Amino acid sequence: MEFITHTWHWSISGFLIGMVMLVLIYFGKTFGMSSNLRSLCAMTGVGRFVPFFDWDWKEQRWNLIVVLGAMIGGFIAVHFLHNAANVTINPKTIEQLRLLGIEEPNGKLLPNALFNNSSPRIIILLIIGGFLIGFGSRYAGGCTSGHAISGLSNLQIPSLKAVIGFFIGGLIMAHFLLPLIF
Amino acid sequence: MKLLKYLFVGFLFGIVLTKTEAVSWYRIYEMFHFQSFHMFGIIGTAIATGFIGIQIIKRKKLTGIDGQPIEILDKENGSLRYWLGGTMFGLGWALVGACPGPIFILLGAGFYNVAFVLLGALVGTFLYGLIKYKLPH
Repeated sequence: MEFITHTWHWSISGFLIGMVMLVLIYFGKTFGMSSNLRSLCAMTGVGRFVPFFDWDWKEQRWNLIVVLGAMIGGFIAVHFLHNAANVTINPKTIEQLRLLGIEEPNGKLLPNALFNNSSPRIIILLIIGGFLIGFGSRYAGGCTSGHAISGLSNLQIPSLKAVIGFFIGGLIMAHFLLPLIF
Repeated sequence: MKLLKYLFVGFLFGIVLTKTEAVSWYRIYEMFHFQSFHMFGIIGTAIATGFIGIQIIKRKKLTGIDGQPIEILDKENGSLRYWLGGTMFGLGWALVGACPGPIFILLGAGFYNVAFVLLGALVGTFLYGLIKYKLPH
């Protein structure tokens, strides 16, 4: 069971993620997770007021089912297939984070400093982060799955621009803003 | 029943992303500090696998599950939207350490505070829809 409960090698998971994308193409669909955010907005009926959400979200029901499956997969993986002894983050990263006041992972996926913290300041940060993700992915027309994986593997120049943008934003946040925030 | 196959694909996606720690805040921080090859390896292998598959589909003119030739749409041309939207997305990604797929996966796994991230993402998506026509694309 060790090969299941330990962290999967990047080549195995990278290959499987590529296959997930190809299987969806075979089904006549496209691999993209952020479009589900648009569907969830449209489901509330706001399409009556905002034309961007005025389309038949039921066409995208298949993608919401993919999300449901992914949520179940996440549940099973965390609760039944996880051995906390084997998370190998670079010791340099852990030391840097300690200086910021973020605890070491010790087998966890998320730091308590951010995700198990009821301080209003942290909750507002999570909402702002989510806001940037939601607004940015719709503005750019896709996220990691839609641009970095679907787009780049189909040699799309727009996706390359978006992915460079992801890294510009990510590097600014990780190197300059996170040290100011924490 | 037709939708069941999507549940299975999503299930595999959720297991893979969790087991390779692509849903980990720590992994994203480590990636943006270039302190591990792990995330780059995952994304690079996924792109390489997808590239080979798409080339085979295009050259052999393969048909999809419905018997029709597979058509892969190109992304819309444009520049500003990709640079600006991409940069905004990156800022959020490095802050909360999760992109849209992992947001849902982590919620399913029981990390309930991620719901605040999802709430923000829905508000962001809604606001974009509201002001889309005023933005440069």
